[in-house]
Amino acid sequence: MAKFSTLTQDQTRSIKLLGLPLIYALLLLAVPLGSIVLFSFWTQDFMTVDTTFTTANYREIWDSPIYSLLLRRSLMVSGIVTAVTVLLAYPVAYFISFHVHPSKKSIWLFLITIPFWTSYLIRVFLWKVILGYNGVINSGLLQLGIIDEPLTFILYNVNAVIITLAHAFAPFAILPIFVVLEKIDRSLLEASQDLGETKFSTFLRVTLPLSMPGVVGAVLIVFIPTIGDYVTPELMGGAGGKLIANMIQTQFLQLNNAPLGAALAIVAMICVTAISLIFVFLNRKYLRGRT
Amino acid sequence: MKLLIYAIAYLIFLYAPIILLPIFAFNDATIIAFPLSGFTTEWFSELTQNSALHAAVQNSLIIAVCTAIFATILGLCAARAGAMSDFPGKKGITGFIMLPLVLPEIIVAVALLVILRQVLGLSLGNWTIIMAHVLICTPFSIAILNGAFGALDPAMEEAALDLGESRWSAFRLVTLPLVMPGIISSMLIAFTISLDEFIIAFFLTGSNPTMPVYIWGLLRFPKSLPVIMALGTILVALSVVLLTIAEIFRRRGVRRAGGTDTGGFL
Repeated sequence: MAKFSTLTQDQTRSIKLLGLPLIYALLLLAVPLGSIVLFSFWTQDFMTVDTTFTTANYREIWDSPIYSLLLRRSLMVSGIVTAVTVLLAYPVAYFISFHVHPSKKSIWLFLITIPFWTSYLIRVFLWKVILGYNGVINSGLLQLGIIDEPLTFILYNVNAVIITLAHAFAPFAILPIFVVLEKIDRSLLEASQDLGETKFSTFLRVTLPLSMPGVVGAVLIVFIPTIGDYVTPELMGGAGGKLIANMIQTQFLQLNNAPLGAALAIVAMICVTAISLIFVFLNRKYLRGRT
Repeated sequence: MKLLIYAIAYLIFLYAPIILLPIFAFNDATIIAFPLSGFTTEWFSELTQNSALHAAVQNSLIIAVCTAIFATILGLCAARAGAMSDFPGKKGITGFIMLPLVLPEIIVAVALLVILRQVLGLSLGNWTIIMAHVLICTPFSIAILNGAFGALDPAMEEAALDLGESRWSAFRLVTLPLVMPGIISSMLIAFTISLDEFIIAFFLTGSNPTMPVYIWGLLRFPKSLPVIMALGTILVALSVVLLTIAEIFRRRGVRRAGGTDTGGFL
């Protein structure tokens, strides 16, 4: 480890430059995050906050079934959304990396990212139009005579939330996988086939393990943020499709119980982080087991 | 071939909701459902008369422009530092600055709400949203500008220094023009993110709502839905134009700095 006195001029300059964004992130991220941790150990006493240290909020979350139900449902929805998104995205990333001419790759990526940048609220609402009682799918199926009555299991429940979130996070899953696939040395694949592997077994034994870091990146970048979305469950979920983020939002903005809301946010974060770490660990073990 | 068909089907899935927007924006019916009834531009003319919407759009534009400028400045500092020599702890610091990229937005929102309202007792307004948006847009700016700086040949700036320019003027005259396309691209991306951001804005908005917060309010009234479709059509068209410009500049930046394009914003 280098000592401060031995820093080169270039290093000092680099530290100074990084200082500004670091201070910003410290003030607007680290300090606020620290303050919600502190808040979660306080309690709301009607209009004022009682600042005696207590674990009452956490005990309440542990004891009342509604919070654990919402949390379990949230984790399940995030898990399914992640699995669906990554599984659907992998072939697309593979196609762009291996089958698209290099000069056309960025136009494909551009086409995939455009829907992601367009008004999130309106995009979620449009899924209501597609999945609704007299929406696109139902009226289409009715007209074709496939069904006699509109399908109702596709709106205002957990299914609708999963479909909408999987759509919203699709580009997030493609990009990390694509980046890793691009780095794979193509001669390895040739070597594998020269040694008698079929195309499919080459994929299973060479391409897939080498692309695992990208898959892990995709899983994390979809799984972690989806837990914090309250727009989709609010619009699409109906009564039975509400998630933990809706409860956090309600505690803060309607029930005016910031300490309980803070505790819920922290519990949700801890669960997500723990599951992510377990996933990363298992993946490392799997990759090590192969080499 | 099978993969190509799959990829095209996937693109259709991605674009399915967006394609519906203009269809219903020009549809002469108050219910957003099939079958369509007729062509009208009524919903667009209604947009021009809604003063509450105009105020919200104006708010959002102010927020988005400020966010674009500040996030890009912070991104420039970080990306420039990233291109310089490593020092102990640099990776950790950069990782921390990039953290909002993976942090659930609701966590950022509640954390800022607690510190601003409950701890500091400040009132909310456009500036609170700007602060939060700068925080979440900076990682995107850094990612784009890293591409611009990473492709840069450090010998060019050194040459300017050897020829007697000061450090600042060498940066201004040589490096800055080379990374300018990256800067423009970063500002456009930050602008687009901020203009569309709802989850944080809903928590931190003061008495004057931003455009997404205003739209959220409208979504509860079935009568206003066709107008939202019209507004959405304009927004989608606008973001496609902005993103296309951003992409052109990003590519030009990578090319100008002598790198090869690897594609993608992230």
